[in-house]
Amino acid sequence: MTETRNSQRKSVILLVSLALGMFGFAYALVPLYEVFCEVTGFNGKTSSRAADPANIPDARLASSDREVTIQFLAHVANGMPWEFRPTEHQLRVRLGEINTTHYYARNRAAQAVTGQAVPSVSPGYAAKYLHKVECFCFTQQHLEAGEEQEMPVRFYLDAELPEEVHTLSLSYTLFKVPDRVPQRVPDRVAVR
Amino acid sequence: MTSFAGRLKCGLMTSVLWGFSHPAAAVVLDLREGVTDMSRRIQELHHLSLWICVVMGVVVFGAMFYSMFAHRRSRHPQPANFHESTLVEVVWTVIPVLILVFMAIPATTALMDIEDNSDADLTVLITASQWKWHYQYLEADIGFYSNLTTPDEQINNLAPKGEHYLLEADNPLVLPTHKKVRFLVTSNDVIHSWWVPDFAVKQDAIPGFINEAWTRVNEPGLYRGQCTELCGKDHAYMPVVVHVIPEAEFNQWIDDQRLARELASGEAVADRAKTWSIAELMTIGEQVFLGHCATCHEPTGLGQGSTYPALAGGVIPTGPLTAHIDRVMNGKADTEMQAWAPQLSDRELAAVITYERNAWGNATADVIQPRAIYAAR
Amino acid sequence: MVAHAEDVVPPRPALLAFAARWLLTTNHKEIGTLYLWLSFTLFFIAGAMAMVIRLELFQPGIQFAQPLFYNQMLTMHGLLMVFGVVMPGFVGLANWQIPLMIGAPDMALPRLNNFSFWILPFAFTLLISSLFMEGGAPNFGWTFYAPLSTTYGPPSTDFFILGVHMMGISSVLGAINIIVTIFNLRAPGMTLMQMPLFVWTWLITAFLLIMVMPVLAGVVTMMLTDRHFGTSFFSAAGGGDPVMFQHIFWFFGHPEVYILILPGFGIASQIIPTFARKKLFGYNSMVYATVAIAVLSFVVWGHHMFTTGMPLFGELFFMYATMLIAVPTGVKVFNWVATMWRGSMTFETPMLFAIGFVILFTIGGFSGLMLALVPADFQYHDTFFVVAHFHYVLYPGAIFGTMAAVYYWLPKWTGHMYDERLGKLHFWVAVVAVNLTFFPMHFSGLAGMPRRVVDYSLQFADFNMVSSIGAGLLGLTQVLFLYIVIKTIRGGPKASARVWDGAEGLEWTVPSPAPLHTFETPPQFPPVMDRDVDEGTPIRNE
Repeated sequence: MTETRNSQRKSVILLVSLALGMFGFAYALVPLYEVFCEVTGFNGKTSSRAADPANIPDARLASSDREVTIQFLAHVANGMPWEFRPTEHQLRVRLGEINTTHYYARNRAAQAVTGQAVPSVSPGYAAKYLHKVECFCFTQQHLEAGEEQEMPVRFYLDAELPEEVHTLSLSYTLFKVPDRVPQRVPDRVAVR
Repeated sequence: MTSFAGRLKCGLMTSVLWGFSHPAAAVVLDLREGVTDMSRRIQELHHLSLWICVVMGVVVFGAMFYSMFAHRRSRHPQPANFHESTLVEVVWTVIPVLILVFMAIPATTALMDIEDNSDADLTVLITASQWKWHYQYLEADIGFYSNLTTPDEQINNLAPKGEHYLLEADNPLVLPTHKKVRFLVTSNDVIHSWWVPDFAVKQDAIPGFINEAWTRVNEPGLYRGQCTELCGKDHAYMPVVVHVIPEAEFNQWIDDQRLARELASGEAVADRAKTWSIAELMTIGEQVFLGHCATCHEPTGLGQGSTYPALAGGVIPTGPLTAHIDRVMNGKADTEMQAWAPQLSDRELAAVITYERNAWGNATADVIQPRAIYAAR
Repeated sequence: MVAHAEDVVPPRPALLAFAARWLLTTNHKEIGTLYLWLSFTLFFIAGAMAMVIRLELFQPGIQFAQPLFYNQMLTMHGLLMVFGVVMPGFVGLANWQIPLMIGAPDMALPRLNNFSFWILPFAFTLLISSLFMEGGAPNFGWTFYAPLSTTYGPPSTDFFILGVHMMGISSVLGAINIIVTIFNLRAPGMTLMQMPLFVWTWLITAFLLIMVMPVLAGVVTMMLTDRHFGTSFFSAAGGGDPVMFQHIFWFFGHPEVYILILPGFGIASQIIPTFARKKLFGYNSMVYATVAIAVLSFVVWGHHMFTTGMPLFGELFFMYATMLIAVPTGVKVFNWVATMWRGSMTFETPMLFAIGFVILFTIGGFSGLMLALVPADFQYHDTFFVVAHFHYVLYPGAIFGTMAAVYYWLPKWTGHMYDERLGKLHFWVAVVAVNLTFFPMHFSGLAGMPRRVVDYSLQFADFNMVSSIGAGLLGLTQVLFLYIVIKTIRGGPKASARVWDGAEGLEWTVPSPAPLHTFETPPQFPPVMDRDVDEGTPIRNE
């Protein structure tokens, strides 16, 4: 009888640990998903990190003759009183070459507002070939009432970009950062 | 296979595949053929998989019904004793695998073509919001909203329903024939899904992310679909209407759109110059309110609980004017209140705000002029 | 109290005793009964919601339910049917039958068993009460996709989250209990590969429950912190991703689908051999197929998300993995047919329901196979074709399975035979009604009707009217079922210990009705299945 008791207790402990482990696993799925997306471009999220300066190609060595079109899109989330648009709708760019474009933002509200832009690239798998040297999306943007600003994006496209990609779209959605919640310091946004 | 059930199933499925006519209206039982090469390929794939399932069903159920008939106790009192056979088990594991491979091949090739978005002639950005679509032609820099036009009377059974009940929109998406059109799909609030059955294009619209799809339509016509992802209250009232026209007409249409935009901006200048009376604004405002706002805030202005607050006596419409203008123009973050500045003209905004501040007993007597809206843009 | 029956018993203590008996019981049979009645009660509530849905869809236009209320109905219908009807129903059957089938005196952890059950009435009261809250009940579908359920969810979403947590804890504790019971309390001599198939399928189901219910708990906790504590797991604004919600949800959700069907497979595998009077064909392959289905269920979740913008390799992987599930499922169906083959069949009500289960479930399986093909799924996804598919799998699968089990074991539980004529009537009306309700949904889906809509265009009107008529009939059959069950409990021809002449297994060695305590000394295994066994005396070893 005690033998059954012991083996029962052992099973219970194992099974409870399994359940707790699976609860933890649900949370582990979050970073796993992000790593997975970063590696595969699963969801078209670009790296929220500036490209490593060591890897930035030397303009003189820009090796490829291949050109692709990149389209710039802008979205404004509900409750964000900003005018927000790309200053140019599309650009022909040579792979490996550093390009700069700008987004225009103006705060229409009567008070200061902070915003955060979130990028997305389509096709998703091309996201990992788009490297941003500088981007306003790396940090939050703060505009006083009526203030306007041109915000730069400096980027280059990896020469490894798959052959079949002829057009990329880079989209930013601008969200209002709530005033009451303490400003979230995005842990994945490292400014170098 | 000769069993009655098998025949019944066969007959049933034949009518499934080819459709049969109904005295009143044609009842179509098949997946739509559609008007693109891809929609036809998908229909073929549907037929293939359906027929494979039918044949497997006839074989398995046929054996089963035969057994039920022949091996019932009254005919077969002494049960056999076998209950194992490795050979048989292997056979009915391997055969389905082969059938699956046979199905997977055309599915894989079709899928690879679906995912090939390269070399598009035209890009349309589709932005969903509760409960409408916005179409932006990236190359031509033209954009507009597309709203349901079915009147409330039809929905509430106060008027006979029209032929295209719930599948009609004010501004259809216009596309040229024979061109590869790339769609970029995203959303401003919750997840929606853009679907035109005749194109076999269905793509989820996800806030903060863009998805891609493409089509090439060869036959001019009006094609209708709907939002297919539950997106809140009016999910059923979010039609997709696409008008496909020959390329020359399409180019003309683009020019017309540009012209219309210029006319509208001329009109807007005139609107700003004019000082509007409260009666004029209230009349326009009521129409705008019923067309855009009443679905949530109700024609009575009483709203629906805390999700859609009452405007009659509400805090915003009876409070400071600037806050009211801000709320209507920019919306409220993390709620279903969207930004109306991009959707309505200065005149419409001025009118609807005036209306909200003076209707249902809201006696602020404020009159908002279009020029005040222009200043706030 | 019984000792003083001659005295005037004041009504209050009797009531108290009744309450105490059911509140405090640790007996697996009584707890099983509680689970089954809870499941049955919620079946009527969730069914009534389905009636509201079908009533609204009877004709185009808005007649009975405003859009917001309609969305609440479809959400609550799904949640209650999945978590409140099918799962507790199967747990009730497990409680009654697993100890009886493996020769155990009770569940291994009887007090935990009581606790697992009594969480549930509170969880469902909480969930149902949200209908009467300000802003209404959850209205985002049982899949509660973010951000509709997070940023845009009604205030009652928090009660829903708490309710899901409670149900999850109950399920996990129940599953632990079942596994410990099966591993430790089998009759001496019964190896794992000699266990009845119902016990096997439940063992695997219990492992699935322990592995995925905590993931569900995790995802609703993330929702809660997103809603109230400033995290942004699922909001793009803070660097999260709404699609990640779907990945985590379906990582739970697909195994969950098998949780809802595997015990049904087990039931069919018990009933078909009994009425074919022939041993189950391919016992080993049945077990392996069940394990294979369970393992594969962890790598197919993406097939719910083909239109979310998944890249090609992801679509291909999930398509192939999903198609692969057809193989073990096919093996099971073939084995059932082979069991019937050259048997000596009779068609009492449990057998009818089991055959209905096999045929109609297989039709649902076929449409599942069609849905696995990604290009075709682009057309089927989120239409009524999908609604038809999963109702074919769940209604004739889970619900017919449970009904077959109830008819099969009810004589054992109550000691009375049910009314065979009424049982058969129930079956035939139910089969007609199920097909009338759900078959036309294939067509409306193929024609282009999206799911979860309160209103639809005129071309879908005929199909919907037929569905609604079928649904009304289906609703009525439940009343008939309730009547049959109550009638059987109250009386009827006395059932023998073995009940069915082809029945095999330990549960048929105890008298009918099964006494409150059985197998206090471990039984002999394999049991002597003798028709001449003296009724009323359980066979015991020594």
